[in-house]
Amino acid sequence: MSGAQSSATPESFQAHSVAPAAIAPTRAFYWSVRRELWEHRSIYIAPLAVAGVALFGFLIGTLGRGLATQDLIRRQAILEEPTTFAAALVMLASVIVSIFYCLDALHGERRDRGILFWKSLPVSDFTAVLAKASVAIVIIPLVTFVVTFAMQVIMGLLSTVALLGSGLSAAMLWPHLLEMSAMLLYHLVALHGLSLAPLYAWMLLVSAWARRAPFLWAFLPFLVISIGEKIAFNSWHFAHMLGYIVGSGNEGGAYMAGSNSMAPLSLISPAHFLLSPGLWIGLAVTALFLAAAVRLRRDHGPI
Amino acid sequence: MACIEARGLRKAFGATVAVDGIDLRVEEGRILGLIGPNGAGKTTALNAILGLTPYDGELKVLGRDPWKERDRLMCDVCFIADVAVLPRWIGVSQALDYMAGVHPGFDRAKAEGFLAKTNIRSTNKVRELSKGMVTQLHLALIMAIDARLLVLDEPTLGLDILYRKQFYDSLLNDYFDRSRTIVVTTHQVEEVQHVLTDLMFINRGRIVLDCSMEELESRYLEVTVNPEQVGAARGLRPIHERQLFGRSILLFDGGANQNIDRRQLAAFGEVRTPSIADLFVAVIGNQAGQAQGAAR
Repeated sequence: MSGAQSSATPESFQAHSVAPAAIAPTRAFYWSVRRELWEHRSIYIAPLAVAGVALFGFLIGTLGRGLATQDLIRRQAILEEPTTFAAALVMLASVIVSIFYCLDALHGERRDRGILFWKSLPVSDFTAVLAKASVAIVIIPLVTFVVTFAMQVIMGLLSTVALLGSGLSAAMLWPHLLEMSAMLLYHLVALHGLSLAPLYAWMLLVSAWARRAPFLWAFLPFLVISIGEKIAFNSWHFAHMLGYIVGSGNEGGAYMAGSNSMAPLSLISPAHFLLSPGLWIGLAVTALFLAAAVRLRRDHGPI
Repeated sequence: MACIEARGLRKAFGATVAVDGIDLRVEEGRILGLIGPNGAGKTTALNAILGLTPYDGELKVLGRDPWKERDRLMCDVCFIADVAVLPRWIGVSQALDYMAGVHPGFDRAKAEGFLAKTNIRSTNKVRELSKGMVTQLHLALIMAIDARLLVLDEPTLGLDILYRKQFYDSLLNDYFDRSRTIVVTTHQVEEVQHVLTDLMFINRGRIVLDCSMEELESRYLEVTVNPEQVGAARGLRPIHERQLFGRSILLFDGGANQNIDRRQLAAFGEVRTPSIADLFVAVIGNQAGQAQGAAR
């Protein structure tokens, strides 16, 4: 008995002396992001569903309308019609998904007590919160772009087939479409990613803090303060300040941010956008909110 | 090196003191049972050890400060905090992927080996599994980690007797290797009686008993006494007395009362080592009695 024990001890001691090295932070981050996508499948299902519906609408709407027109010039105009509206719908779906994602990201894991499982693993609260923030700030806009781009390419192909079938030229269609995609990417990065980052970070913070109803806690206070200010001082300074922090994209990207207008690329000014103080104030606020969310996740257990 | 070392560990929630300055030392290779009534501070103490809550006092787990270094500590420590804390949406294969991704000490083949012995399929989602199966899955994930400290907080709560038995069997047979340390809290003390190497009772945030199972056997004695001899036996100052089928069962603390020895007690009847449950009732029950007396 004692012999077996003593022979077992050095062996297992050795096993422990080569203690597993800590895993690279990037690896923990990568898996944390994947874990978010497993849990929140709406991140890609919602834009895909909207794109599917939009494609269906395009098929029976735009194509049908175009081919029903006997006037070839009119037909060409219809088939080259920008598909901005469909893109806007996908983006709207993504923003809604982002809002629900952020409000649930740090609240849901406390509610279902899964947080005790996540915390039993060597992933820091910083990595976990950063992964959640990047899903909202980077992953969702990119997913939106990929889905929208694919949708528009399919629409373009359908239009091309219809145009060529009618003996018309599709030469105008594609440059237009590609330019629109480039603008879309800029719009998603600048507005959905960078400008809305403080909003996402705020919602993550509330999600980490609120015991219940994170949605109300995230939005009601601002509404109450703004309306209170309006009633008391008949002014909207608070609301404007919020808009300044969150909507910094409107400084440089005003021509397209928040609007569906098809501004040509030449009107977009990334330099102006990147130099606008609103963007940097917003990003600083984002960092502040995220740091607070990390602290809250560290302190708070399950609800 | 001690696996867990605490000095003056204290944690208060507002005016409520959950852990009231405990000193604790758990050596490596032990299986410690932390037993206490509801609200005694067990879970709070474990949360401090696991880096889930800040605390006052000194605490080192495997030489680290758990609150400041939770993520690094978790490479060598694993825990099951409560049954069914695995998120319901996760799939079995996703859980395996994730563990293999983030945990340097996770052995996927080993976990799959454990799962092969159960009815859990890799295509299952946690929400499709019964409570017992979720615990089996969690245990399979945890046991596949080459950790130095395993903490189990009420791991078998709400499980039927088959799963409970299986749980401790596989823990002992497949996991424990004398260099690992296990800390377990449970209300089902009978089940862990033969598993533990050390025993600790905690009540109202304080440790009221701390001994190894060998010490327990030599120190605490229980004897069943016929009614006519009860008077004489009571003269030896038992710490607890209860009635069973008209006879009295007296429990003696040979550590506090040096005059007691086995032969002396044998005169009254058969001398046994008390069960943990009976000892618990004696020690904690006495405390409650004293507290009530003090309150009056």
